[in-house]
Amino acid sequence: MVNLIATKEISTYHDVEYTFINSLGEAGLVKLKVIKKDTYIPETELQKLEKMIRMHHELDINVAGIEAIIHLLDRVEHMQEELRMLRNRVR
Amino acid sequence: MAFIDYYKVLGVDKKASEKDIKSAYRKLARKYHPDLNPNDAEAHKKFQQLNEANEVLSDAEKRKKYDQYGENWQHGPEYEQARQQQSKGQSGGFGGSSSSGFEGFGGDDFSDFFQSMFGGAGGAGTRGGRQAKYRGQDFNAELRLGLKEAAETHKQTLTVNGKNIRITIPAGIENGQTIKIAGHGGAGVNGGPAGDLYITFLIADDPRFKRNGSDLYASAKLDIYTAVLGGEVTVDTLDSKVKIKVKPETQNGTKVKLKGKGLPVYKKEGQFGDLYITYEILIPTNLTEKQKKLFEEIREEVKGER
Repeated sequence: MVNLIATKEISTYHDVEYTFINSLGEAGLVKLKVIKKDTYIPETELQKLEKMIRMHHELDINVAGIEAIIHLLDRVEHMQEELRMLRNRVR
Repeated sequence: MAFIDYYKVLGVDKKASEKDIKSAYRKLARKYHPDLNPNDAEAHKKFQQLNEANEVLSDAEKRKKYDQYGENWQHGPEYEQARQQQSKGQSGGFGGSSSSGFEGFGGDDFSDFFQSMFGGAGGAGTRGGRQAKYRGQDFNAELRLGLKEAAETHKQTLTVNGKNIRITIPAGIENGQTIKIAGHGGAGVNGGPAGDLYITFLIADDPRFKRNGSDLYASAKLDIYTAVLGGEVTVDTLDSKVKIKVKPETQNGTKVKLKGKGLPVYKKEGQFGDLYITYEILIPTNLTEKQKKLFEEIREEVKGER
C-alpha cells in the first residue's frame, strides 16, 4: 500500500494554491486520488509534484510551461540513457 | 581560498539595483536550475554559485559588507573567527565513505569564501532562496566497481550520513547506471517522507574485454600453424580460462561465440550474455633458411594446382 498525503497539507506547507495542484493533476502530470471529496497524492508522486512546485515558485513558470518542460525533460532523460549506452559501446 | 566576484557570477555591474539583481538571478536560474538540468553536475555547480551570489547581493547588509571589504576580505573581522571555527569540524554535506570508493556529491554548502566572510553557513533551511521541501532531499553518490565485481550480485554496506545501510548490487549492472535506494535520502519535514538515495555505478574498463550490454568481446592470437591445421587455443573468460577447438583453415578475423560466457543479464537470473572471440593470426617472423624453403615448397605446390 502506498501512503497517501492530503494535497491540502502540501498546498499549505508549500504555500501554493490548491487549484495549482489540481490543474497539474488535470494535465496528467501527477496522479491524484479523490476520496470522499478530498484530494490525495500518493507518496511516490510527491517528488514529481515538489519539482513542479519549485518550477512554479522559483522560476515563475505556469502550468502550461511546466507541462511543456516535463515532456521535454522526459525526452532529455531518455536521450541521456541512450547516450550512456552508446558511449559504453564505443569504450 | 579564492575571492569570488559575485557581480560577475550574476553578470551585473557594481551599481546594479535590487531589481536588476533579482532579474539577473531569475534569468540565470531558469538556465541552470537543477530541475531543468537532470544529471548535469556542471549546471548544479553553476546554480549553487548563483544562489550564493544572490544570497549576498540581494541582502542589503551582506552586500554592504561584501562591497566594503571586497578583495581585501581577509582583513574582515569574520575571517579570523571563521578560521578558528574551521577546526571545529565540517558542516553538512554528504559524508559517505566505504571500502570501495563510495563518493558522495551534492552537498549544498556554500563556498569557503562565503563562510569565512559571513561566518559559517547561513543555516541549511534558508539557504539560497530554495525553499525547504516537505519530502526529504535526494542524495546522489557514485560507486566504483571493477568489471569482475559487476558480474556478481553482491551485498555492500555503505555509510550514509553516519548510518550504515546494506545494499544489494545486482549482477550485470552497467557503467553509468543508477539505482535508487528508496527512503535513504534526507529526512522529510513535518512528517513528510524521506528522500531517496541514488547510486550511480562507474565500472572500470577491463583491458581484456570490450563490453556491449551483457556480451563481451575479446581477441585471441593464433599462430599460423594452428590456424591452418586446426588445434586448440586457450582464451581468458572473465573469471577463468577455457580451451577452445580451432577448425583447420581458420581465417584471420574469424569470430567465434562462446555461449553464456559473457556477463549475467541485469536482473534476469540464470541468463548470461556471450563472449565473442576474434582470431588474430600471427605471421611468423625471423624464419630460418629451412623454414623459408618449406614455405617456398608450399607456394610451388599451390601454383602447380592452379
